Amino acid sequence: MKKKFLSVGLCATMVASLFAGCGADNGAATSPETVETSGELTWRIGGIGPITGGAAQYGQGVMNAIQIAVDEVNAEGGINGYKVSFNFQDDEADNQKAVNAYNTLKDWGMQILEGTVTSGACAAVSAETYNDRIFQLTPSASSTSVTEGNDNTFQICFSDPNQGTVSADYIADNGLGTKIGIIYDSSDPYSSGVYQNFAKEAANVGLEIVATEAFTSDNKTDFSTQLQKCKDAGADLLFLPFYYQEGSVVLKQAHDMSYAPVMFGVDGFDGLLGVKDFDVSLAEGVYLLTPFAADAEDDATKNFVTKYEEQFGGTPNQFAADAYDGVYILKEALESAGLTPEASNEEICDALIAAIQKVNYNGLTGEGMTWNDQGEVSKSPKAVIIQNGGYVSVE
Amino acid sequence: MKKLNGSTKNLISSIAIIVVLYLVMNGMQATGNLSSLMSGLLVPVCAYSLVAIGLNLCVGYLGELSLGHAGFMCVGAFTSAFFSKAFQNEIPDVPRFILALLIGTFFAALFGFLIAIPVLRLSGDYLAIVTLAFGEIIKNVINVLYVGKDVNGFHFSLKDMMSLNMDFDGVVIVNGAQGITGTPRQSTFTIAVVLLILALIITHNFVNSRTGRAVKAIRDNQIAAETVGLPITKYKLTAFTISAAIAGVGGVIYAHNINSLTATTNNFGYNMSIMILVYVVLGGIGNFSGSVVATVVLTMLPEMLRGLSTYRMLIYSIVLIGLMLFNWAPGILKFREEHGLTTKQLVGRFKKNKEVQ
Repeated sequence: MKKKFLSVGLCATMVASLFAGCGADNGAATSPETVETSGELTWRIGGIGPITGGAAQYGQGVMNAIQIAVDEVNAEGGINGYKVSFNFQDDEADNQKAVNAYNTLKDWGMQILEGTVTSGACAAVSAETYNDRIFQLTPSASSTSVTEGNDNTFQICFSDPNQGTVSADYIADNGLGTKIGIIYDSSDPYSSGVYQNFAKEAANVGLEIVATEAFTSDNKTDFSTQLQKCKDAGADLLFLPFYYQEGSVVLKQAHDMSYAPVMFGVDGFDGLLGVKDFDVSLAEGVYLLTPFAADAEDDATKNFVTKYEEQFGGTPNQFAADAYDGVYILKEALESAGLTPEASNEEICDALIAAIQKVNYNGLTGEGMTWNDQGEVSKSPKAVIIQNGGYVSVE
Repeated sequence: MKKLNGSTKNLISSIAIIVVLYLVMNGMQATGNLSSLMSGLLVPVCAYSLVAIGLNLCVGYLGELSLGHAGFMCVGAFTSAFFSKAFQNEIPDVPRFILALLIGTFFAALFGFLIAIPVLRLSGDYLAIVTLAFGEIIKNVINVLYVGKDVNGFHFSLKDMMSLNMDFDGVVIVNGAQGITGTPRQSTFTIAVVLLILALIITHNFVNSRTGRAVKAIRDNQIAAETVGLPITKYKLTAFTISAAIAGVGGVIYAHNINSLTATTNNFGYNMSIMILVYVVLGGIGNFSGSVVATVVLTMLPEMLRGLSTYRMLIYSIVLIGLMLFNWAPGILKFREEHGLTTKQLVGRFKKNKEVQ
């Protein structure tokens, strides 16, 4: 018996040392609170998003990008002379967990929230920030339920209605297709939100929707049925409002059944070219909406992408870029309002609500971004087409 | 005075513990000593406890493994949240919440009843699989359900928002995968605790009633019970329906504590059903207060482990395995007995000390 316990104890120690080793290796990724705040007065910015579970890659991208921006801001002397400390909490893309994460951040003393990453969780948290008067800026929650009725919540990404409407208009104006087939994820708020707004606008601009096929997050590995139905209905354009992993499967399967309509994705398709084991040539001629291209030639994008690749590996997607912009947007708004961290959360919140509506920001994801009192950003989605393995603007 | 039997004493002591904890938490909240995280967790913990109690009735006394209790919670949550949102301006707060509670409970019970009719003809693994499937069906149906309200009344659709054909001023209440946003927040810790205590009393009385004894007899030996002349189906249905109803109450509390209600795998799918089963198994099958304790511990644990960042869920799983082994592995149970470390012995020692003092 004693021997057994001894061995179990030893095992436990070994496992523990293993984790300790891991922790030391990739520093920033493991400790959410990266800037030590030993009594020094700092800006406390919180972040919430999924860093475990199915949607982890979006949350991690946002977390890493904010970290890069915060490090840069701190290296340049902070905001209004005060350094920024950043704490990112996991919500597993679950509404209740997101509220728990928010409460954890509140205990930490958060003054401004840059999050959350997913729409459902964000709507749950924005009700809390509204009650507590904490300013909230979400990098990627695109649903209108996030900002509706909350004067303190602002979006950096464009909203679902915006994307759906712009897509339909663009397709109609450029005559890309007349018979539209739609495949969307009915279990995802983002996907169904964009779909609904697309369908609404399609009716206005005279596009004929010949097939509407849904899938759910539980079965998103085989789209042959949906594709076959769209093919049978004679759709010459497929509207695909979902994320790029599923997108790569759809493209592959459509190719296998030699079905070649015009493929039109929305901003979730950004990242398509980086999918592992995906034949990039299949993506040729795919349209998508994105505010950000990782291979853009301007200095700001180059700087961000290089830093991201160096520190965390992988190519940042547009969520990460939105999140990176978010920190600088906050910086600009805080500087124009002339605030210091001594102000209470209410003061910061009220001042930022006023200040952000006057900000005119040039960032990675758009030029001259401004915000209205609804919390929506002014930048409009731009369509790009994939040619020779890269994005080409079509406007 | 009539002498109380053992299980009633247990019930009274667990209610007393809950009341004391309630008072302590309230006191801490009033004086500002309770962290936001903890005060945010109070209501969800009660909601999950209720579902665990419901499931425990099914697993512990009916002897049937249900993997779809999150589905009943989901029914309770969505029906009540729908009602509250739809009549937000028509009915004043208090009666509306009471009605919502009744509606949520009723619909969860109704679904439990309807499901039980075909399902309880199966037993063991088959029942588990069917309930699992049922939970998934509920989740997926809610994800494609669209309900709107305008001057002409309610509009339903299983396709999309446009096919509701509403007036311009219509309001979408259930918006498919985006769920219900803007449910009034009316679940307070007090209401949740009262309902929790009520559920404990109801289940305790149920299992010790004539019906409860019959249910236990059926669990222990169905053929013997049938021979004695017990109407098996009736008793099984009753127990399963009550179990579903209590899970529904948990759903109502959950729904009225959060602004945005969506049906995902994590909160109303099989993940949650299994999680609730874990609460029940860890707390002790057939032990209602145990379920509550296990729920409290296992809901708090991942939040307490937030400092570990991405390793959090990994460590949580390891702790879970450790707890299960500590509680149920025969070897460890024997070791605990030999060294006086079982719960009974520990409680006994505590009592003795008290008497000495």
